[in-house]
Amino acid sequence: MIPAAFKYSKAGSVREAVAQLREAGPEAKVIAGGQSLIPLLRLRLSQPTHLVDVNGVRELDYVHPEGDVLRVGALTRHSTLARSELVQRHLPLLAEMAAQVGDPQIRARGTLGGVFAHADAAGDYPTLAVMLDATIVTDRRRVAARDFFQHLFTTVLAEDELVCEVVFPMAPGPHRYLKFRRRLYDWAIVGAAVQKLDSGWRVGLTHVGPTAVRAAAVEARLLAGATFQEAAGAAAEELDPPSDVRASADYRRHLARVLTRRALEQAA
Amino acid sequence: MGQTLRVTVNGEARTDEVEPRLLLVHYLRETCGLTGTHVGCDTSQCGACTVLLDGAAVKSCNMLALQADGAEITTIEGLAPEGGLHPLQTAFWENHGLQCGYCTPGFIMAAAALLAENHDPSDEEIGRGLEGNLCRCTGYVNIRKAVRAAAQAMREGATAPIGG
Repeated sequence: MIPAAFKYSKAGSVREAVAQLREAGPEAKVIAGGQSLIPLLRLRLSQPTHLVDVNGVRELDYVHPEGDVLRVGALTRHSTLARSELVQRHLPLLAEMAAQVGDPQIRARGTLGGVFAHADAAGDYPTLAVMLDATIVTDRRRVAARDFFQHLFTTVLAEDELVCEVVFPMAPGPHRYLKFRRRLYDWAIVGAAVQKLDSGWRVGLTHVGPTAVRAAAVEARLLAGATFQEAAGAAAEELDPPSDVRASADYRRHLARVLTRRALEQAA
Repeated sequence: MGQTLRVTVNGEARTDEVEPRLLLVHYLRETCGLTGTHVGCDTSQCGACTVLLDGAAVKSCNMLALQADGAEITTIEGLAPEGGLHPLQTAFWENHGLQCGYCTPGFIMAAAALLAENHDPSDEEIGRGLEGNLCRCTGYVNIRKAVRAAAQAMREGATAPIGG
């Protein structure tokens, strides 16, 4: 399958990328790793008039610890995150997630920022960002993760706005990310992430709705002294998961409870 | 319509005018005539189109040719010197790591990237390293055996690994 025709330009800096997007108009799109976008182009589900390639914006490829946060550049690839000693030391759950994105070939190309901008309901990093209150930094503003994702494939990003960085709080404590999938390289049918902080547990769920979910009811029960089993029972409260070819809504609720319990048990 | 692509393919520097929508796999097959890189699923799942881009295994059906500008690409044809076989190719042959052979170039390129990083992978590491490649006839047992055998041959210094 061949994508529809489009114009293509390369940006070498954030400023250049934004200028090119502005000039190319509302139907232009950014291409970073392209691991989600190119399949959409081939299926012609997406037909942008112009692609701005940001792979040359090297200034966005970094992992910087700073005080009690970890700043990660948008162009950092999954394979880099999975191997990064800094990530493993300061936010090992991010490295664990990165190692489970797609397959090795996809991890070699796909980028952190691409996952945020694309906003697939089954994306892994958004779950971490929402549950830990991360901040998404664009070329013009800072947005809290819970406000950034609006709906399926929909974020607050303007047409000419570029994701530059994600700022995560450091969290070196017990953690686990469990992804339920039929095939290793596939998206999560449901995923559950848990992270122990000084203030208590944080719990997030992947692919149980149009955007990532923080399982506040589970966190509250844990704080009140519930067992993992009891707390995980609350994971499906207030969820309205999708039914699709992979799983019914009921099955997703079941997976949310089971994966949350297992993740807590394995992390502790 | 065309834009200039400068790329090194199997050691040969090339300059071509290509359309932006041309995928890397079609550039390799149709412009370069290197048909060893296969198009399998066309949905970036099967890995038959795997090549090395600056030493990393990537799916060439999931990249624009222009995104490879300035890079060094190795395809199955460039893995061993003309007329010779890479230890991985020998090992797949000797261990019956293929049946129809359609997925084989992709498996070998993904395995080459794995062995460049890990000279003695465990069965589990081989499995993880090849999770982006699908085989629909041989099954994975002999493929794993072949990768193990190639790793051993390479450790014993039969041939230096590409990008290793």
